[in-house]
Amino acid sequence: MSLPLFPPTEDPGPSFVAVLGRVDPLAAGRLGAAVGASPVGTVVAPLSVPHGTTIAALRYSDGVVVAGDRRATEGVSIAHRGIEKVFPADRFSAVAIAGAAGPAIEIVRLFQTQLEHYEKVEGAVLSLEGKANQLAQMIRSNLPMAMQGLAVIPLFAGWDRRRGVGRIFTYDLTGGRYEETDFHATGSGGRDAKTTIKLGFRDAMSRDQAVQLAVESLYQAADEDAATGGPDPVRGIYPIVATVDKGGFDRLADLEVAGHFAAVLERRGGPQRPGGRQAGDGHAIDDEAALGGEQS
Amino acid sequence: MTMPYYVAPEQVMKDRAEYAQKGIARGRSLVGCVYDDGVLIVAENPSRTLHKVSEIYDRVAFAGVGRYNEYDQLRVAGVRHADTKGFAYSREDVDARSLANVYAQYLGQVFTHEMKPLEVEILVAELDDDGSDHRLYHIAYDGTIVDEERFTVLGGDAEPIAQRLEHSFDPNWTLGAALRACVAALGGPDRTLGPEILEVGTLAAGNGRRTFSRIVGDAIASLLAEQAGGGRPAVEQA
Repeated sequence: MSLPLFPPTEDPGPSFVAVLGRVDPLAAGRLGAAVGASPVGTVVAPLSVPHGTTIAALRYSDGVVVAGDRRATEGVSIAHRGIEKVFPADRFSAVAIAGAAGPAIEIVRLFQTQLEHYEKVEGAVLSLEGKANQLAQMIRSNLPMAMQGLAVIPLFAGWDRRRGVGRIFTYDLTGGRYEETDFHATGSGGRDAKTTIKLGFRDAMSRDQAVQLAVESLYQAADEDAATGGPDPVRGIYPIVATVDKGGFDRLADLEVAGHFAAVLERRGGPQRPGGRQAGDGHAIDDEAALGGEQS
Repeated sequence: MTMPYYVAPEQVMKDRAEYAQKGIARGRSLVGCVYDDGVLIVAENPSRTLHKVSEIYDRVAFAGVGRYNEYDQLRVAGVRHADTKGFAYSREDVDARSLANVYAQYLGQVFTHEMKPLEVEILVAELDDDGSDHRLYHIAYDGTIVDEERFTVLGGDAEPIAQRLEHSFDPNWTLGAALRACVAALGGPDRTLGPEILEVGTLAAGNGRRTFSRIVGDAIASLLAEQAGGGRPAVEQA
């Protein structure tokens, strides 16, 4: 590997994607930087590759919560039970992904590298809006892949250090970037998750309340959507929940997420029985004790 | 038709070396050393924004003396090299040795083949995973590379500064003790350097994945004011 030096008139600047295009065109092409390499417009049946499912984000009094379930599906099979869909983009932002897992994880890696690269080369951190726009460009360059069934839909959320607020950005296939005021959820169970958040959302919630609402939204999504994984106390797999506030990105420990699930169930009056009947009478206490035992 | 004068290769190299040394000697010097928690780099630099000491990668830092535009170009190339490598392979595959070699190749190439050598000396420092075997690669304008394990001095006044530091050096000293010794060595007997003309960077294990951090302003002042052998105040991270 030689030293990547460029004449001043052809310098790629702080863009890692541009540097990669010059140093390793193959890697850049793989990431869709060579737009037009694949035919846009030919829509084919979705390839049988792992797909990530439900992700959600919501704002609270001093930050944002980002959460994602752990399941990846391949057609009607479960491809992975423990896949991660929520990542730190940098110290003060998080990115969550839904869609084709392969390209999604590659885009996240590229995005993380790009943010850090910019920071090191320029000696300054990009604004939150700048980061959101960078991600939009990467999603845009994935359009040819998306047309072939390998769509990637991210959620981007972070702490805006200049304005002192948490902000959430959503995207579409074409790299369209939209700012949400309070919350959003996407992926196969996104609709159920979003409805749950919508019903429970209040302005200026505390961190705990927001985390619990996020956890409940994933629980409801898993309840309705086959491709969304719920809490799995048997294997000890819980959704990933992260917060971003003025202290930066913080991923919650599994134990804390498990505690929030237990609280959600308790608030709903214990485990639900098939047919929508609540566990009632004297049995509820036994059921809750059993559940608590499983999750500890 | 005019014939070019014959100049002996020895003379060419000597002239280029002198030219580069003169350029480097115009700027202020810089010290890199190990301490109990990692690597410390101290530079005399009156500018708050035009840095001599910077981050390259998770465990690798860069420092340069001489012409700013030339070492900054090398710094950016180093960041590009490291980020590309880390992206293509894995973060743990990025190491200072390979980067230092690439720098040495480039500086050597320019020194022998170009009209003008680069008027820079650079330092590539690496924090060791186990915390015991940190590396300081000192690369000169002609591509000469030296691998130090204790401390190294870059710049025109390197000799006397290194002699002063040799007396006080202790591999297990604290950040404060190391900083005070480096500042004293940089200043010499006649000058006292204040926080306003110092640029300080560290690679320390406690900083998380990205181990580089800058120590600025009051944090430098309090470390300098700390009594030798006394307690260690909390270091404010930039």
